[in-house]
Amino acid sequence: MKLLTHIIKTEWKSLLRGKWVIGYTLIFLLLTDSLLRFGGGGPETLLSLSNVMLLFIPLVGMIYGILYIYQSREFVELLLTQPIDRKVLYWGLFLGISTPLMAAFIIGSLLPLAWHGILVLDSSSSALVLGLGGMLTLIFVSLGFVFGLMFYDDRIKGFGFTIVIWLFLAILYDGIVLLLVFVFGDYPLEQFVIAASALNPIDLARILVMLEFDISALMGYTGAVFNRFFGQSTGLITASGMLVLWLITPTWLGLRIFKKKDF
Amino acid sequence: MRNLIIHTVLLAIIFLVPLSVMYAQVVVSPEGPLTSISEAVKIAEPGDTIEVHSGIYLESDILIDKKLTLTGIDNPVIDGNGEGFILIIRADSVTVSGFRLQKTGRSYIRDYAAILIERSAGVVIEDNLIDDVFFGIYLAETEGGLIRNNTVRSYDRREASSGNGIHLWNVKNPIITANTVSGMRDGIYLEFVENARISNNISSENNRYGLHYMFSDGGRYDNNTFRKNGAGVAVMYSDNVDMTNNLFENNWGGSAYGLLLKDIRNSRIEYNRFYRNTVAIYSEGTTNVEIWRNHIELNGWAVNIKSNSSRNRFTENNFIENSFDVRTDSPRNNNFFDGNYWSAYEGYDLNRDGTGDVPYRPVSLFSIIIERQPESIILMRSMFIRLLDQAERILPVLTPKTLFDENPKMQRIQ
Repeated sequence: MKLLTHIIKTEWKSLLRGKWVIGYTLIFLLLTDSLLRFGGGGPETLLSLSNVMLLFIPLVGMIYGILYIYQSREFVELLLTQPIDRKVLYWGLFLGISTPLMAAFIIGSLLPLAWHGILVLDSSSSALVLGLGGMLTLIFVSLGFVFGLMFYDDRIKGFGFTIVIWLFLAILYDGIVLLLVFVFGDYPLEQFVIAASALNPIDLARILVMLEFDISALMGYTGAVFNRFFGQSTGLITASGMLVLWLITPTWLGLRIFKKKDF
Repeated sequence: MRNLIIHTVLLAIIFLVPLSVMYAQVVVSPEGPLTSISEAVKIAEPGDTIEVHSGIYLESDILIDKKLTLTGIDNPVIDGNGEGFILIIRADSVTVSGFRLQKTGRSYIRDYAAILIERSAGVVIEDNLIDDVFFGIYLAETEGGLIRNNTVRSYDRREASSGNGIHLWNVKNPIITANTVSGMRDGIYLEFVENARISNNISSENNRYGLHYMFSDGGRYDNNTFRKNGAGVAVMYSDNVDMTNNLFENNWGGSAYGLLLKDIRNSRIEYNRFYRNTVAIYSEGTTNVEIWRNHIELNGWAVNIKSNSSRNRFTENNFIENSFDVRTDSPRNNNFFDGNYWSAYEGYDLNRDGTGDVPYRPVSLFSIIIERQPESIILMRSMFIRLLDQAERILPVLTPKTLFDENPKMQRIQ
């Protein structure tokens, strides 16, 4: 445990020295503040912020995760020569870089929301958007780790893969779902679209945003499965549960690869 | 000295006795001598005041057929015991205030109400609590009348077996103000009512409509709150209705509307706030309605306008983060949208006059997609859908080409 915190602290220090994270915080600070200044009130800003979050946090998280694996190669290999448990080292590295990134988003967006008073006015919506951003950061940093470890020696392939995966999850996936909905339009599709969305973490986060801001439209839809899913807390619980599963799976996968890898 | 006092008392009695005959006061109290309100009404002369003291009176079908003032002292309860009406008023200028009326009869044939007012003028119903009833206050063929500061509530969740809170049929110039109605079928129901003035009421959690206008011309309702009603507010088959400064919120469901307009002509909808309704304004067969300066925020659909609506003008409204701004069933547009603020507008304002330089098209491609494939609603706000919408806005193919706001505002209209 002591070793774990020690690794995390070292990571934090080196990150702060790199000033990268501070820049990332400032970007969200400026973005949120200008959205609030020029875009009107609470729900508008929070929705714009959630759009940015859904699109860019996955990309930044993944790139950052993979970049870290590549850049700290010597450091990791040096540490591995020491009598350190690989599990501890993995968690130390993962938490050491994902938590500052998460904090950067949350603090960067939280401060403008606080000084413009939105945090008090729309507290539950703000908490949801910030929490989802944090969650997505963790998920995608761990995905970046997985790809970094998978393509440890072929950096170009690794980067290419992350970008394709991001493009697929953020944009193309929904296009395919829409296409399938139109192709199989004559069949009952409610369960299919819910299942399909549950397989994509960005869609899960989007559904949670939708449950907060578009519930009145969702209630206008008359299908029984959707009404049960969205109308009661089923949707909220299922989507959050799946999101947690989405966090557990890649971190566990990364850990497995890390443990078995011959560096 | 003693003589003087006796004289004074005698004098007082001589002068006061005729006075008390003129404004006789009949007192009803559980301790007696008079313990029944019906009895009191029978012995009272027109113009008398009946003072009812605190207690529970098990009475129903109390017929008031002369001008009387019924005043409850310390909230007396009249319990109809589930039989018939409680108060039936068939005289002009009757006043009823300060009572708690509960448990009317329930029937599928007769509209049992806590207070039935028939063929009367100038009746005042004030400060009553009406609880667990079939119909609350029922006005039929009356003239004028003031219904103020009453609370009507009931607990039946089924539409067919619940009655209306305040029901007006064939009434001229009534004033309905500062009442609270909940758990009824329709909160306030008007049929063949002329010039109703309905203000400052709160109508919430009713099984059907918070307010229901039928064939009622020339009325005005303002400063009311309609919240969580089964189907919102409906204004149907009426002309010249003014709807101002009301709050319509949280009316959710497959057929729930903040405001449903059907066959309305020459009316005005101004300064209202629509918040989190499935459909904020639904319009069918309306003509020449002015929708001006409303605040429409976070609804599923801000406006659902059917193609049989024409010459309606939507101007200077704020449309803020509604899932869909406008929905329509026709490629043609017979209505007028101009100078509204749309939070989804992404245009620019180069000459800095506060008005966007490119028109805004409020019907999105996605709203047409979910019309065809309702399941695709799960893709709302996804990046892919956003790209599709953007492409369609630049070059409209499937959305109505003539439905656009030529002068979208860049800032919210205060």
